[in-house]
Amino acid sequence: MTTDVNDIVETIIAALVKTLPTPVTVTTETSITRDLGLDSLAVMDFVMVLEDQFDVSIPMERIAEVETIGDLARTISELRGHA
Amino acid sequence: MTILAKYTKLREHYHRIAGAGRDPFTVKFDAMLSPTEGMLNGRRTILLGTNNYLGLTFDQSCIDKGVEALKSFGTGTTGSRIANGSYDGHAALERELAAFYGRESCMVFTTGYQANLGIISTLVGKDDLLFLDSDSHASIYDAAKMTPAQVIRFRHNDPEDLNKRLRRVADHPGNKLVVVEGIYSMLGDVAPLKEFAQVKRENGVYLLVDEAHSMGVLGETGRGLAQEVGVEDDVDFIVGTFSKSLGAVGGFCVSDLPDFDVMRVACRPYMFTASLPPSVIATCLRSLERLQEEPGLRHKLMANSKRLYDGLRNLGFQVGPDVNPIVAVSLPSIELAITFWNRLLEEGLYLNLALPPATPNSQSLLRTSVSAAHTTKQIDTAIELFAKVARQLGVQPALVQTAAE
Ligand SMILES: Cc1ncc(COP(=O)(O)O)c(C=O)c1O
Repeated sequence: MTTDVNDIVETIIAALVKTLPTPVTVTTETSITRDLGLDSLAVMDFVMVLEDQFDVSIPMERIAEVETIGDLARTISELRGHA
Repeated sequence: MTILAKYTKLREHYHRIAGAGRDPFTVKFDAMLSPTEGMLNGRRTILLGTNNYLGLTFDQSCIDKGVEALKSFGTGTTGSRIANGSYDGHAALERELAAFYGRESCMVFTTGYQANLGIISTLVGKDDLLFLDSDSHASIYDAAKMTPAQVIRFRHNDPEDLNKRLRRVADHPGNKLVVVEGIYSMLGDVAPLKEFAQVKRENGVYLLVDEAHSMGVLGETGRGLAQEVGVEDDVDFIVGTFSKSLGAVGGFCVSDLPDFDVMRVACRPYMFTASLPPSVIATCLRSLERLQEEPGLRHKLMANSKRLYDGLRNLGFQVGPDVNPIVAVSLPSIELAITFWNRLLEEGLYLNLALPPATPNSQSLLRTSVSAAHTTKQIDTAIELFAKVARQLGVQPALVQTAAE
């Protein structure tokens, strides 16, 4: 379970670094909206990229609950568990 | 820290835009001279941003019907449809709209915003799934916030992307509703509805099309994009508004679904708000007739649209992908868009300044909407003013093209 989440975190960070205009250090604790300065639309667009990478559906109401990169990874892990 | 402190950033952003000249959010017309001309700060101004597609706001027969209803039914219904707010006119308008679309049922709402909010949020329940185009109008996003259903976004105007997202949840037992728009309000781009209809058929889902900007504009008899591309049978729900081609205010949904009428006692944005004033209903009944009596309005609208679209494109401006009454010029920066908009206004041309985050791909847009009531001369004046302001600002349109998506 935790290794799964760690793998997901790594994939998320790799994808994020590609989309962010300026290089930043991203960790599990990084807040997606506060630390990365992404507005809600940018977050939703980024989530579409992740949906394709993980072949999973992440409903909008689940995104609203997400604060950090770690939260996002756990959400994806959970959703994949249900698949 | 007051309760408004969370909007500090928004307020700063607003002041920065308004501080650059006139405040685009509080433009105030002193008088309306016609559907295409108004008085703004004591100056005659061409209106090129009003969504008044057929120019019916000053149609004498519509005004006469409105005045008549105002005199015989009073200024307002003072109640909601399910309490005391249904008059003959409301039912007649619903019948006429259903007949116009060739559908069984119609529900009239107080605004188009409420029609989307109410219909979409009520159709899907907690065990259902809602699929939205990523460029959806705010009313559709707000419906998504209101529903207990799972909400999934797909890439703008991308039927294959929708198909992929539908297949991912193929085993989900709930009902699935897909929502797209006919003409998108910011860039005037059209949905690939034929392809969406095919995805809908293959996946056995429901399809709703918001024809807010395409009613009275597209289609053989003006029913919109679904009619234009011949897929009306695949569209389960059409939502529209009276605030654009019908020149008034209000919204509606038509459908052939059996028992659609149960929505009248389930849909809260229908139930818990006052219904439209009888005078508005009366002008809409008449403008809906005008729309059908005079296809020439639609042809003139399209000719005007093409003239403006081609004119601006030939100057080198980057416009949207489709020729439509919404012609949007994309500029490379927010600052330039604000300055350009202010200069056009000073020259007597009003249009809409559309900025991120309300725009697709964070573009800075000068958004125009063409009317059948524009004269060729007004369209040409608008094109000349774009050229003049570009010259004055030292902008070479061909060089400011931002990367098209
Ligand atoms: C695509 C779309 N849907 C719905 C609406 C809402 O219409 P109304 O102005 O009647 O509330 C609008 C316009 O504002 C729109 O552009």
